[in-house]
Amino acid sequence: MPDTVQLSRRTLLKASAVAGGGFALAATFPVAARANAVSGPQDLNAFITIHPDNTVTIVGKNPEIGQGIKTMLPMLVAEELDADWDSVSVQQADTNAAKYGPQLAGGSFATPMNWIPMRQAGAAARSMLIAAAAQRWGVDAAGLATEPGRVVQPGTRRSATFGELASDAALMEVPDPAGLTLKDQADFRIIGRAIGGVDSPKVVRGEPIFGVDTQLEGMVYAAFERSPVFGAKLKSANLDAAKSQPGVIDAFTVAASPQVELVEGVAVIASNWWLANKARSALEPQWDNGQWASHSTAGYAEAARNAWATGNSDEVFSEKGDVDAAFASADKVLEAEYSYPFLAHVAMEPMNCTALMHEDGTMEMWAPSQTPQGGQQAVAGYLGLEPSQVTVHITRMGGGFGRRLNNDYMVQVAAIAKEMPGTPVQLIWSREDDVRSDYYRPAGWHKLRAALDADGKITGWADHFVTFDLGDGPFNPAAMPAQEFPAKYVDNLKFEQTKLETAVPMGALRAPTSNALAFVMQSFLDEVAHATGKDLPALMLELTDGVAPEPPTQGFVGPQPGFSAPRLQAVTRKVMDMSNWGQPVADGHALGFGFYFSHMGYFAEVVEASLDDRNNPLVHNVWAAGDVGSQIINPFGALNQVEGSIIDGIGQAIQLAVEIEGGAAKQSNFHNYPLPRMPMTPQIHVEWVLSDNAPTGLGEPALPPVIPALTNALFALTGKRVRSLPIDKSLFA
Amino acid sequence: MAFRVTVNGETREIDAPGDMPLLWALRNELGMVGTKFGCGIGMCGACTVHIDGQATRSCSMPLSAVADKDVSTVEALGESPVGQALQQAWLEDDVMQCGYCQAGQLMNATALLNNNPDPTDSEIDAAMQGNICRCACYKRIHAAIARVARDEETANA
Ligand code: FES
Ligand code: FES
Repeated sequence: MPDTVQLSRRTLLKASAVAGGGFALAATFPVAARANAVSGPQDLNAFITIHPDNTVTIVGKNPEIGQGIKTMLPMLVAEELDADWDSVSVQQADTNAAKYGPQLAGGSFATPMNWIPMRQAGAAARSMLIAAAAQRWGVDAAGLATEPGRVVQPGTRRSATFGELASDAALMEVPDPAGLTLKDQADFRIIGRAIGGVDSPKVVRGEPIFGVDTQLEGMVYAAFERSPVFGAKLKSANLDAAKSQPGVIDAFTVAASPQVELVEGVAVIASNWWLANKARSALEPQWDNGQWASHSTAGYAEAARNAWATGNSDEVFSEKGDVDAAFASADKVLEAEYSYPFLAHVAMEPMNCTALMHEDGTMEMWAPSQTPQGGQQAVAGYLGLEPSQVTVHITRMGGGFGRRLNNDYMVQVAAIAKEMPGTPVQLIWSREDDVRSDYYRPAGWHKLRAALDADGKITGWADHFVTFDLGDGPFNPAAMPAQEFPAKYVDNLKFEQTKLETAVPMGALRAPTSNALAFVMQSFLDEVAHATGKDLPALMLELTDGVAPEPPTQGFVGPQPGFSAPRLQAVTRKVMDMSNWGQPVADGHALGFGFYFSHMGYFAEVVEASLDDRNNPLVHNVWAAGDVGSQIINPFGALNQVEGSIIDGIGQAIQLAVEIEGGAAKQSNFHNYPLPRMPMTPQIHVEWVLSDNAPTGLGEPALPPVIPALTNALFALTGKRVRSLPIDKSLFA
Repeated sequence: MAFRVTVNGETREIDAPGDMPLLWALRNELGMVGTKFGCGIGMCGACTVHIDGQATRSCSMPLSAVADKDVSTVEALGESPVGQALQQAWLEDDVMQCGYCQAGQLMNATALLNNNPDPTDSEIDAAMQGNICRCACYKRIHAAIARVARDEETANA
């Protein structure tokens, strides 16, 4: 038999027998163009294993942060295999770029990237089971079918379980990809079913499955003291004082290594993390803050106002037509200044990582990371090892929200563990460390202008964006797309920007850039709508009327469908319908609308809000219409993501900000970074608009539109325009 | 100093400073990691355990104060009928996303239903507002508690 077959363009399959009569199918998945991975198959281990007792093990290859991927990807495999879901168990893969392609929890990419390859792997295994049955029964494979967990010959009583066929199936030819037909949507038995998380039974019993639950023989705990002022350098610390604290085993300084995100500081090692953390107070570190201690959010805001006052920007990054002429001849000009703050991620499980430097110089890690491959490379680079000498076990994570795309804590624990070969060490950050050492959602400032003609049509659109200079990395969370809506739908456009210098670390927070720009752009468009006697959904429909879907674009991990105006229109109409848009609402309540397209998903949302007697915004109802393609793979996980995103966005709008003061984050824990709590939860009504597009991810796109939907509702209620987040309730006094 | 604490019915000797929070004695001294660290300042509820039946933030409870008390943790939750019913409802309703807060949510919800078997919606909100869920599964947590309360009532009717 040919032992490897190229399935899709780059997916490779390999079959083998398993001791005791089982059948294993190994798979090597496509490596995205951007991933720094070795190409070609190596060390193929089982991806799908069919055991003689008819149970099936499927490898979950991507990191689980609560987005449901460890359940969802195996559902795709099991569907085409036609397995009985109750007999499927899921095993978490280790980090291996060569074998699995990108193992990434971020960007809502996993669904579009895996929709076809996962199903192909399952279909290949199924066809080999059918071939085995055909051979055993001496019949034509084309006349056989599958029922969950078994091959049957329709019209006869012949039937054999996958387990019974497994050892024969292992000897069958691995199928030619051209001959594999994937199921019709109408025939799905697992995809589309509400299926609970595969790890959930362990979670409710308190079993150790999170990164911070890792326990190893002889393990010690580390806490890390770093400067609260970003960019500061360590002058001195009293290591001896820390070492004399109860339970403390060691204390030593760690040098910075900026290219792998390692900051300077002091590691304190103890037999118990609380003791290590407590001993930090004896260190009395002295820091050289350099120029950075003068930095503050207020200072950045002042710089933004100065940039606007002078009108000088660093660059024009998007321009068409003649914007000056459009404003000179406008019937009406609107102008508004919008801003939003830094935000922290505050994943529920604080940053942590466990590492063991083996005596032979190789490293083993237990890492709650959204990008374990990136962490593996950073640690290998830092230690002067090959990535293959750094074993990275992927643990379940208590949330990610983008924080764990940066692997600074992985390198930090590696820097500590390399000082103590043979001893496993678990680094844990306090919540204060977590809030004050984040890669924040960038703050930003926009001065927007719109020129309207006598018919209320937008003839000119301009933004002077004040943001931060974050260099030229592959992804810049402080950038604004040159085509930011409605750029393509106006004739005269100018987007320019001023970039501020900073040492504040910034990164991707759930729906990066979109979580801020949706607020700014959908609010200002709401201003335009009101100025022209329309409402925002009507304006959105008008702007995109008759616009054809755009051709696919090259995205971060491959080709992505282009923006489709008809999909915008469909979700907008749907949510208007769901929320009885335009009809009277309860006294003292008002509705607001927001739309946003992000991460390939289209969401239109309507918020019903009021103010309590102390002018605090209350959200009563949220209606959300979403289009993420032809199929909701797991309705449980999908709804959970949308509900969570909506509450997350409401929390950001109403009460969350990290302020930089004296070069450091002022907030530190939940008392001054008050996440939403249960009583804030509105009624949430979600409906799907299914469209003829491959399914895309849901970790992010439902968040951005809820923020402007809320602030637009507050405008409808009070006539006061929220132009700065979080909402300042004194506006309504 | 050694403290004697009863954890899930078993008497354990813990040799640690008396000001060490129960949370860290459980996690790092006893290796019972079901109880979670979220904030360390009593603001999130991830570390909730029962002490003599009352929901308590173990991050803010010094070891010296729990000597000779009865501590029960999520690892023993399934042994109580209410705890078991809530675990079941959590799975049936697919309550969780990341799951990190859920041990604390379940411990707090169990204490709520033990004290008040038939809470109103606002009583559920009030009792649960000390427990943060960063993933914001609040709608489902609330619904699962209300359902268990309803089912128990039906069962007892
Ligand atoms: S860890 Fe105890 S309340 Fe947050
Ligand atoms: S489920 Fe993630 S914090 Fe609650």
